[in-house]
Amino acid sequence: MRSVSQRKGSSAAALFGIAGVVAVMVGVLSIAQGVRKTMDGSAVDENAIVLRSGADSEMMSGLAGDDTRIIAEAPGIARNGDGALASPELFVIINLPMRSTGTDANVPLRGVQGQATAVRDSFQLVAGRMFEWGLNEVIVGTGAQEEFAGLEIGSSIEVGQDNWPVVGAFSARGGIAESEIWVDAAVLQPAFRRGNSFQSVAVKLESPQAYDEFKNSLTSDPRLNVKPQREAEYYASQSRTVYNMITGLGTLIAVIMGLGAVFGALNTMYTAVSSRTREIATLRALGFHSTPVIISVLSESLVLAFAGGLIGAGLAWLAFDGFRAATLNWSSFSAITFAFDVNADLLAQGIIFALLIGLAGGLFPAIRAARQPVAQALREL
Amino acid sequence: MKYLYLIFSSLRRKKLRTGLTILSIMVAFVLFGYLTAIRQAFVAGVEVAGADRLIVRHKVSLVQLLPQSYESRIEQIKGVENAAHATWFGGIYQEPRNFFAQMPMVPEEIFSMFPEYVISDEHQAEFLATRSGAIAGRGIVERFGWKVGDRIPIQATIWGKKDGGRTWEFDLVGIYDGAEKGTDTSQFFFRYDFFDETRAFGQGQVGWYTVKVSDPDRAAEIAAAIDAEFANSPQETKAEPEGAFVQGFANQIGNIGFIIMSIMTAVFFTILLVAGNTMAYTVRERISELAVLKALGFTDRGVLSLVLGESLSLTAVGGVIGLILAWLLVSMGDPTQGSFPVFYIPTRDLLTGVFLIAAMAFVAGIIPAIQAQRLQIADALRR
Repeated sequence: MRSVSQRKGSSAAALFGIAGVVAVMVGVLSIAQGVRKTMDGSAVDENAIVLRSGADSEMMSGLAGDDTRIIAEAPGIARNGDGALASPELFVIINLPMRSTGTDANVPLRGVQGQATAVRDSFQLVAGRMFEWGLNEVIVGTGAQEEFAGLEIGSSIEVGQDNWPVVGAFSARGGIAESEIWVDAAVLQPAFRRGNSFQSVAVKLESPQAYDEFKNSLTSDPRLNVKPQREAEYYASQSRTVYNMITGLGTLIAVIMGLGAVFGALNTMYTAVSSRTREIATLRALGFHSTPVIISVLSESLVLAFAGGLIGAGLAWLAFDGFRAATLNWSSFSAITFAFDVNADLLAQGIIFALLIGLAGGLFPAIRAARQPVAQALREL
Repeated sequence: MKYLYLIFSSLRRKKLRTGLTILSIMVAFVLFGYLTAIRQAFVAGVEVAGADRLIVRHKVSLVQLLPQSYESRIEQIKGVENAAHATWFGGIYQEPRNFFAQMPMVPEEIFSMFPEYVISDEHQAEFLATRSGAIAGRGIVERFGWKVGDRIPIQATIWGKKDGGRTWEFDLVGIYDGAEKGTDTSQFFFRYDFFDETRAFGQGQVGWYTVKVSDPDRAAEIAAAIDAEFANSPQETKAEPEGAFVQGFANQIGNIGFIIMSIMTAVFFTILLVAGNTMAYTVRERISELAVLKALGFTDRGVLSLVLGESLSLTAVGGVIGLILAWLLVSMGDPTQGSFPVFYIPTRDLLTGVFLIAAMAFVAGIIPAIQAQRLQIADALRR
């Protein structure tokens, strides 16, 4: 091991090579983790969402006002002083410029009713005040406020010929609602010519176990043609496309780069072995078995790889964790804002990947070192 | 020429190391090629967007519809040649992951508005004669193995039918090819008249207009005139050049260019370390040999070019093989199984790749080369 310091240049090249690979891998995958965390963070076990059957997202769904009343009467829904915890909602998008580029994004605009905040316990007003029911006022999620221009409290958004003032900002424990703008559904319906129709009903059930009863009563009701889903299920399906795409690409890039790093590590280790040929041969001539030789070479490469992995993962964590961005949720055609998420799993994955590179890069040189005929090796140089 | 043999023999000296270095350089260029193809998939739309076309949509959002009656009003505006409307159908073919764009349009308007969609006269005539007919791009036809005459069922997500059904069936009567490499051949067009009479609601409403202007230099002015025409109406419009519209859409997905550039920088930095390290070693090991060469009368400059030449041959072999491999990989299809409208390495980026090979060879080789150049014969031989 001590011989590492004699080959600083070569070892540093291998180390930083591996660090680079791990940083890129962790960085890219943290985008996918961030999107998933935003989506999953929105899900609560006892919550469910009801869409028209055949609809994959709120955007495509449509429910008549009468249907939403029938849904709110279904068994299993929790109640509070104001009645059943069911919130019929409208979901549309409006164009607002992104701060980063100035070009338009499809920002989700949600029309809600009184129980919306009771259904979502994560909802918390962080600035300003709640909008007045019946008035053209909106509140905005903190994520949306950060990514899109013109959503400060006191400014207003243009909807058709009206200007709707922004009166408050809310957070939702990092969930997807933070990307949204909320307004009274009764105000949104006429503005978007939706009559008395909605797109989804969000409900809070008495308990996660009440879901089956709730679901059965809705699907067997001849008056309805709806699809209830647990929130977790719904959000998982919403993030699947983006998650799979980024994870797939990230893995592909990491594997290809990893190959490059393996070649680099092999080079370093072969060089290390060849410059120590005589030393190793002497050790073996003295009676050392080939196993310690293998172990010494392998452990050198693993230590290099581990250090590289740590540096890479650390760099990625420093550079990317919490970095905020927006992307398009393909299934609902609307923007979601999220934070890159470099979590412990990813860091561990990065370091394991580095160790694999180290193993691959050290194994063959180690075997070669062990197999070298002693006499010939001693004669060399 | 006399150096070639020397370069070649020094590369052969440590075959394994040479091979490994070439492989790692190759990997960098495979990634380079592959990532440029991905970037291209996102920006191709901007590059092939017609400079003489505008997109006119509802001001509030793309999902809001515009009256079909706007078409004749737009066409009366000075500077507008003609307008074509389209609507997002958003249906599902078999399963949601088989995503592609479907749009009802007026057949004649497709032919005149988009010269980059090459459709044979025979297919055009068939499309005009078949109410339930559809024309699909070469890309998706190949993706799903369709052929002309097939009946294609598509599940509506937005547009239910009057009879309450949600399955629309279309007869594939034609295939369009792209006039350019970057043309999107993943779209599916069907007839607006069939759509309008079959859909359950929204009659007379369309998604957006594509407008051809007579003078691209006046595009901004004409866009403003269109918006002014519908200002203060219940459906105000936002008109912008097609390129800006596509760019805005790509921006929503994320800053793809920036992400890819960052990855590429990390990759090249990594590989540069590996290649530079190899070159440094090669020189250090051969100090006495280089000194002998100098003693034999090789000039300082000659030794410098010898080392640089070695570095160049290493990167050139690795880089060229890498670019070829990337090209092969890319022509095998895109990683999303067809969600990208186009997937190829643009010629411009291949040239960038060649430039990068030269740049990398220089950066990796220059320091060892200078060391070799400065070598004092006496000192070096004594070591």
